[in-house]
Amino acid sequence: MTAVLEIRGLRTWFETRRGTVKAVDGVDLTVRAGEVVGLVGESGSGKSVTGFSVLGLVDPPGRIVEGSIRLLGEELVGASPDRLRQLRGARMAMIFQDPMMTLNPVLRIDTQMMEAVRAHAVVSRREARERCLEALRRVGIPAPEERLRAYPHQLSGGMRQRVAIAIALLHRPPLVIADEPTTALDVTIQAQILYEIQELCAASGTALLWISHDLAVVSAIADRIAVMYAGRIVEEGPSEALLTRPHHPYTQGLLDSVPSRHRRGTRLRSIPGNAPPPLALPEGCAFRPRCARASRRCLREPELRATGAGRRVRCFHPLPDAAPVSA
Amino acid sequence: MLAYLIRRAMQAAVAVLVMAVLVFLGVYAVGDPVDILISPEADLAEIEEARRRLGLDRPLIEQFGIFLANALRGDLGRSFVHNEPALRLILERLPATLELAVAAMAIAILLGIPLGMLAGLRHDRPSGKAIMAGSILGFSLPNFWQGLMLIMLFAVILGWLPAGGRGETVPLFGVEVSFLTLNGLQHLLLPAVNLAIFKTALVIRLTRAGTREVMLQDYVKFARAKGLSERRVVLVHMLKNILIPVVTVLGLEFGSVVAFAVVTETVFAWPGMGKLLIDSILNLDRPVVVAYLMLIVLVFILVNFLVDVLYTLLDPRVRLAERHG
Repeated sequence: MTAVLEIRGLRTWFETRRGTVKAVDGVDLTVRAGEVVGLVGESGSGKSVTGFSVLGLVDPPGRIVEGSIRLLGEELVGASPDRLRQLRGARMAMIFQDPMMTLNPVLRIDTQMMEAVRAHAVVSRREARERCLEALRRVGIPAPEERLRAYPHQLSGGMRQRVAIAIALLHRPPLVIADEPTTALDVTIQAQILYEIQELCAASGTALLWISHDLAVVSAIADRIAVMYAGRIVEEGPSEALLTRPHHPYTQGLLDSVPSRHRRGTRLRSIPGNAPPPLALPEGCAFRPRCARASRRCLREPELRATGAGRRVRCFHPLPDAAPVSA
Repeated sequence: MLAYLIRRAMQAAVAVLVMAVLVFLGVYAVGDPVDILISPEADLAEIEEARRRLGLDRPLIEQFGIFLANALRGDLGRSFVHNEPALRLILERLPATLELAVAAMAIAILLGIPLGMLAGLRHDRPSGKAIMAGSILGFSLPNFWQGLMLIMLFAVILGWLPAGGRGETVPLFGVEVSFLTLNGLQHLLLPAVNLAIFKTALVIRLTRAGTREVMLQDYVKFARAKGLSERRVVLVHMLKNILIPVVTVLGLEFGSVVAFAVVTETVFAWPGMGKLLIDSILNLDRPVVVAYLMLIVLVFILVNFLVDVLYTLLDPRVRLAERHG
């Protein structure tokens, strides 16, 4: 399979008055056509910034200081603003976290959809409208003609997220980045939306980069999972293997803190300590202060190294492959 | 909608009534107009005669009652000085002041909103900082001094524009206006700019604050993620949201520009209502002062109402009937 998205050595830093926040600090990630990759991490781990870096929409003072992002082979780092604009929406699209905030409150749905159509296609208003209707039908919105004339506040959260998804998929982009698109929704709606995005992407062969802090959600949808901690990927591999036999102590910690039906009655274990402050990352392995397996070696930064079967881990003391998920 | 209008009208009536009481009491407290109107040589009988003729001999509450009854018929009394209906006197001057106010607001909006957006979008760059520094000058230098400097520079030193007066006027729908003749425009420019300076600074600050808030919103990022041009993101997605608070303040400011253009009108000898008000206060010409203030109350109420209507056009989340304000 060909790579739709290829990120190599990406560093996106924020220069603030109090110092440099290395939100993304050397990320390598590949998403192939038709593949769903889950990017998992706690808030502040840099997963969203990675997504925005791809679209070229990092808010100042953040900027990509190093690395390469290739979309269908085309280099995006250093591309002209106009070229990036052409690609956004057409070749790569993004679905945001909070559907209450993603649609402009003072513009009607048709305005917001039709402008997205016409940003990348020279079509008449009537044709643009037709495409919007079709896109709304595709995401399962009832009475799309009526919805088109509505303002965002007249729609429910789930409906708004469907509109946002319809907009993202308007031009059938090869890559869709979904930044926690179900977090702000009710659980039942969550499952629906999750299912719909998966279906739509599978139907059109769209590569999906699913960003989330929720391992449970990601495990339901992703072919491969990359776990991020403090701006770096600490473990990566096929979902099944990574979830059942985690190699990185942090991944293990995340899994242990997910409630599960199979472990009813046992206490959940949380990872001790907190995520490190972004301005004062510990030397060496950033997870060291919270890690039970840490040693003096961990004062040096471990490399991300392959451990076979498409898996990679950034740890000097990985868990043995046979270790069960929870002891 | 109808219920809203009725509620609105009742609020307005209460506001007008309260204002009438306050104005009447306030003007009554300022002094006895007879002292100024009658020559110092007049004897007691003449003074008594004048007081009786003007109705000043009656108890305050009765005077107020008469005033109120007349006001309801649209009669706000006759000027003591000009012996003309006070309202007509004011309405004759109203177009000049309105023209000045509209011109000033137009300048403030056309300059303030683009500059404010620029200052917001480039808040960390020299151009943005320069705009903000300029707006501080607009805020802090006294208005009359700005007016005098404008006259010095453009009328006295450069000789490009006249220093005062209204210039040539032509009738438009029965109202004399200056802006349709070149000479009139020349006369209008300096006082309008003078009146606009403070408002422009205000609009710049408001717009900048709005821009900085709106530019961080998810919907702006999403608009960019759709691949829209920067132009469309700024001029449609951002501007429409920024305008909501700006319109509110501009509405109130328009009322205050009409009401208190006094300083500019005095500096530029502009024959508007402000000049009339100052003269009337000096002469203790009560009916004119009262009529003026009542008219201003009405202007404010009307402007507020228009702002509310405009609000619903700008922000679909606001529906008139749902508002309690």
